[in-house]
Order: sequence, then C-alpha cells, then structure tokens
Amino acid sequence: MTALPERAVTPTAAGSGTPLLERGSGGDRIFQTVLTLGAVTIPVLLGFLVLELWTGARLAIGKFGLGFVTSSTWDPVAEQFGALPLIFGTLLSSLVALVIAVPLSLGVAIYLTEFAPKVIREPVAFLIGLLAAIPSVVYGLWGIFVLIPILRTSVFPLLRDTLGFLPLFQGPIYGPSMLAAGIILAIMVMPYIMSVSREVLLAVPDTQREAALALGATRWETVVTTVVPYARSGIIGAVILGLGRALGETMAVTMLIGNRHEIAASLFAPGYTMSAAIANEFSEAVGDMHLSALAYVAFLLFVVTVLVNAGARLLIWRVSRGSAAGGKAL
Amino acid sequence: MTTSATPRAHPGFIATPRASLTPRPPARTPGQRGAPAVDVRDFSFAYGSRRVLRRLSFGIERKSVTAIIGPSGCGKSTFLRSINRLNDLIPGIRHEGDIMVEGTSVFSPSTDLVRLRQQVGMVFQRPNPFPKSVFDNVAYGPSLNLLVARRDLPDLVERCLRQAVLWDEVKDRLDEPGTALSGGQQQRLCIARALANRPEVLLMDEPCSALDPVATQRVEELIVELKRDYTIVIVTHNMQQAARVSDFTGFFDRGELVELGETERVFTSPAHERTEAYITGRFG
Ligand SMILES: Nc1ncnc2c1ncn2[C@@H]1O[C@H](COP(=O)(O)OP(=O)(O)OP(=O)(O)O)[C@@H](O)[C@H]1O
Ligand SMILES: [Mg+2]
Repeated sequence: MTALPERAVTPTAAGSGTPLLERGSGGDRIFQTVLTLGAVTIPVLLGFLVLELWTGARLAIGKFGLGFVTSSTWDPVAEQFGALPLIFGTLLSSLVALVIAVPLSLGVAIYLTEFAPKVIREPVAFLIGLLAAIPSVVYGLWGIFVLIPILRTSVFPLLRDTLGFLPLFQGPIYGPSMLAAGIILAIMVMPYIMSVSREVLLAVPDTQREAALALGATRWETVVTTVVPYARSGIIGAVILGLGRALGETMAVTMLIGNRHEIAASLFAPGYTMSAAIANEFSEAVGDMHLSALAYVAFLLFVVTVLVNAGARLLIWRVSRGSAAGGKAL
Repeated sequence: MTTSATPRAHPGFIATPRASLTPRPPARTPGQRGAPAVDVRDFSFAYGSRRVLRRLSFGIERKSVTAIIGPSGCGKSTFLRSINRLNDLIPGIRHEGDIMVEGTSVFSPSTDLVRLRQQVGMVFQRPNPFPKSVFDNVAYGPSLNLLVARRDLPDLVERCLRQAVLWDEVKDRLDEPGTALSGGQQQRLCIARALANRPEVLLMDEPCSALDPVATQRVEELIVELKRDYTIVIVTHNMQQAARVSDFTGFFDRGELVELGETERVFTSPAHERTEAYITGRFG
C-alpha cells in the first residue's frame, strides 16, 4: 500500500520497473494456472465420459453381464442383445483395412523419400495429405456409387475365382460387405499412415544410408536393411494411428458394410461395426434396454480402442529397444 | 622439387617421431612401387555449376597411409567420396577425367558399384553404426555381399573386431546395440565393419574429429597397424595426426592438389609456399 504513492512520484522508474515485476509474478502465475487447468480438464472429461457410458449401460450390464460380449443375438423386440458381431466387425474391418493400407502406404512413403524424383516428392505427399481432409460421408457416397459397382462386377468375382478356395472369398456377392468397408477404410487411413511414415523415413539420418551404400548395398538393400529397420518403431506408430482411425470410423463404414448383426466367414458377406450400430440405432431406439445396450456397446468400443492402443504401444516399446530411433519418432 | 640443405624444423609436428611407429623406408615418391592402388587421372568434379575439384592427377601408393590436408571446403571429402562414388546420390553432379582403383575405372558405365564399394571401404567423420547389434554391424557387409558362408561369420566378426582393437571391450556384449557403445568404440566398430567387407582401399574422412584424445590415439595406432594390409587415405585437419600416421601427405587448396609427397618432406620442407603457410598455421 505504501508503495503506491512512491510510484506516482517517480513515474519513470515505476514505468520501467513495475511491469517487469508483474510479468514475473502475476503473469506467469495466470499462465501456469490456465495451462494446468487445461491439462487437468482432459483426464477429468475422459473420466466423466467413461462414467456416463457406464451409467448409461448399467441396465444392460445388469441384465446381460459379460455374456453381452459373447452373444450374437440382437433383437430389440425381445430385448435380447449381444455385441459379438459388432466387436468382430469392428476388428475385422480394421484388420482388412490395415492389410491393404499398410503395404501400400509404406510403399508410397518409401518411394517418395528414397526413389522419387525430387520435384514430385513434395507435391505428391501434399496431395495424399489432402485425402485426409475429405469428409467421411463423401467417402461413403463415393463407395456406394463408384467402389461397390466395381467391386461387385469385377473385383469380387475375380477374387472368388482365384482365391475361392479360402472361406474368406466364398458365398454370394451382394456389394455392401465387410470387404467393401475394409477397402474404403484402407483408402481413408492411407493418408495418415503414409504421411507419418514418410516423416519418420525422412528423419532417418543420411549417414545411415551412406554407411550402407559405402558397404556395397544397393539402394533397395539400403532401404530394406537399414532405413526401414532404423525407422521401424515410428512406422509402427504410423500404423497404430491408422488403426485408431479405422476402429472409430463410422459414416463411410455404415454406408458400405451392409449393417447386419451377423458373423460370417466370408468377406463378401455384410457385417456391422460397433460405431456404425451406435450411429444407426441410437436415434431409433425406443426401449430403455435398447438404449442401454447401445451405451454398453459404446463402452466396449472404448475398451477395445484402449486395449488395441495399449497393445500397440507395448509392441513399439519392445521393438524400439535397441533401435536408435526409439520411441522418439512418436 | 626443392630440397633445402638445412631442412626447416617444425618441431611441433615432428615432435612425435612417427619413425618410432614404423621403420621408415628409404625416400621414394608415390608410384615407385609399381602401379598405384588409386590412380587419379585428370579428375575434375562439380556440384552443378560449383567446380570443386580441378584436374587432379596423382597416384596413391598401395599399402601406405596417404593423408589429405587442406583448408575447410577445399574438396577433401568430395575427393574421397568420388573414389567410392558416394556422391552419386547428389543430383546435378558432373565430373571429368577418371579415377582407377586397382586398375579398374571408377566412372566407367560398366563399373559394378557394389563391387567397387566392397573394394573401397569408408569410415565417416561421425561414427554411424547401425542400430543393430555389435555383431550384426560387423557382419553387415560380408553377409550382404555373401563374402563368407554364414557359419564362418562369427570368426570373421571376431577377427575384424580384434583388428580394430575393439574385441576385448565388446566380446561380452556382441548382442548389444552398436549405438550403445561410446563414441570412440563406435568409431572402431565402424572401422571393423569396413574391414569385414575385405576392402583393398580404406577411405577415412576425419575419423577422429568426434573423438577424445585417448580414443584418437587408439584409432591412430590402429591406422598404422592397418596399413600392412590396406591402402589408406585419411582426411584430417590435425597436422600432428597427419605427421604421425601418414607416409605421404597431399595438400589440397581450392580444389587443386598443391603438393603431394612423403610426409616428412612435406612437413619439413614444403615445396610450395601455400603448403608451408597452411601447415605452420599462417594460412589465409
Ligand atoms: N552436396 C553438395 N552440394 C553442393 N555443394 C557441395 C556439396 N557438398 C559440398 N559442397 C561444396 O563443395 C566444396 C567442397 O566441399 P567438401 O565437403 O569436399 O570440403 P572439405 O574439404 O571436405 O571441407 P571440410 O574440411 O570442412 O570437411 C565446398 O565449397 C562445399 O560447399
Ligand atoms: Mg570434409
């Protein structure tokens, strides 16, 4: 309090001294508080989310228990619910997506970082990055109008003729199917896997490439024996990012997967995913039990995502031991 | 060549008599022992429009150490990387003339790059081991180039690690990543890795610049040891090092070879004023 009149008397000294003081104490404290609040908010929100899912699902959890996870019935009229086909569909469609997308995106990333002419590297990477900005409903429409007709008339019959000895490629061909959803998911996650693995490959020091080349490796051998192993944990990270996208993707999947609560061995058969079922049925659910079952599904989706991510992180951790790139790439 | 009657003394450089490391043969000039291992013929090199090496012509003698010295940016690394064509990756490079390694043209279109690079090993300024085990680092070249049967790899790896004076330090940690070794150990690992490829010529680009004095000394001893079996070309900024390890010294300036001769002669009575200015630190 006594300081105030003094400041008024010597405006120049106060003018230069006071703001410094305030910046040091008050400003920093406010900034720190805001940041801390922000950092605390996220786990708290997550906690509320899980709690909300849990309370919403309590009815279904009470009635079906863990049997919900192993049952395949989905009968809103009889109020009997089981999520196995949904879990199966979510995991399988994502798996199909990765099987298609990982080799392709890695191939493109390797081509762009190691082999492509300098002038096309950046433009192509930019264009592929743009693919990530397309709304998923557009992918869904494109899938319905372009992809499915092509698949139904040429790709699926070809697959059935050549690989038909596998149960995966048997049975009637409808169009909307697990495979169609997997393919659209693959197209959607490719930009992510491609961009991230490209960054990771770019981060591999040139001294590594030179070491291999100077020992007589061809450029291809250099990539396979040196560059990719050096970047492997980062590449796994890229794949996990893609997997995360695929597991949660809703719109495009529900437009192409056929939306049937069934487990089929054939990829030509329609299926369903957890997120698609929630999106489709939530607004139409009438009974409390139906709503609660959907909340249970949402809760399971959360659990599956966490488990998959935890497993993947464990994988990175194991792989990155002994690798210079280590977990840094993530 | 000028031979002054009383050689000017440069005690700083000759203080450690390299003669104590290797008995000095009678005076000779490069090329006297038959055809040189590396024969540079009117070789010029440019990055795009920037001319970096100008009409180099000289020979590098087999089973000897040739040091290349010269101010920063004069093209020493470019020269080394021309011998194993590591510059190929850089777009827009141009060259004229040729370099012969053991009688084979480096730049002829029919040159087998894989064979050339197996024949000409390289050790880089910064140790660059692969993030693989110590064993796999050394075994990389031979297994890639199928130099030995798989079952003979352990022997070869041990031999090369011994040659690189690293065996005792790593024999119990062959499975550990090479990147977990100390800097000096990593550099010796890189030397072992290069040796495992059974090269004839070994190029070393400032191999000690990232090392402490103790590690530097070990690598220098190693270089002197290795010249019994290999032709070594070493780029260094360290005059004492050039004086200690090399038989011949070449002084590069602005892309030209100013002079090349026996190390003792070059350091005690340089034929060229620029050389003298450089080695006495009055350069500029
Ligand atoms: N990739 C490149 N593209 C264009 N110019 C280059 C490239 N690499 C080197 N140069 C140029 O060529 C010249 C010689 O470079 P170089 O690396 O051979 O020099 P150096 O003698 O090894 O120098 P230092 O002692 O600093 O290592 C320098 O002027 C450098 O700027
Ligand atoms: Mg250099």
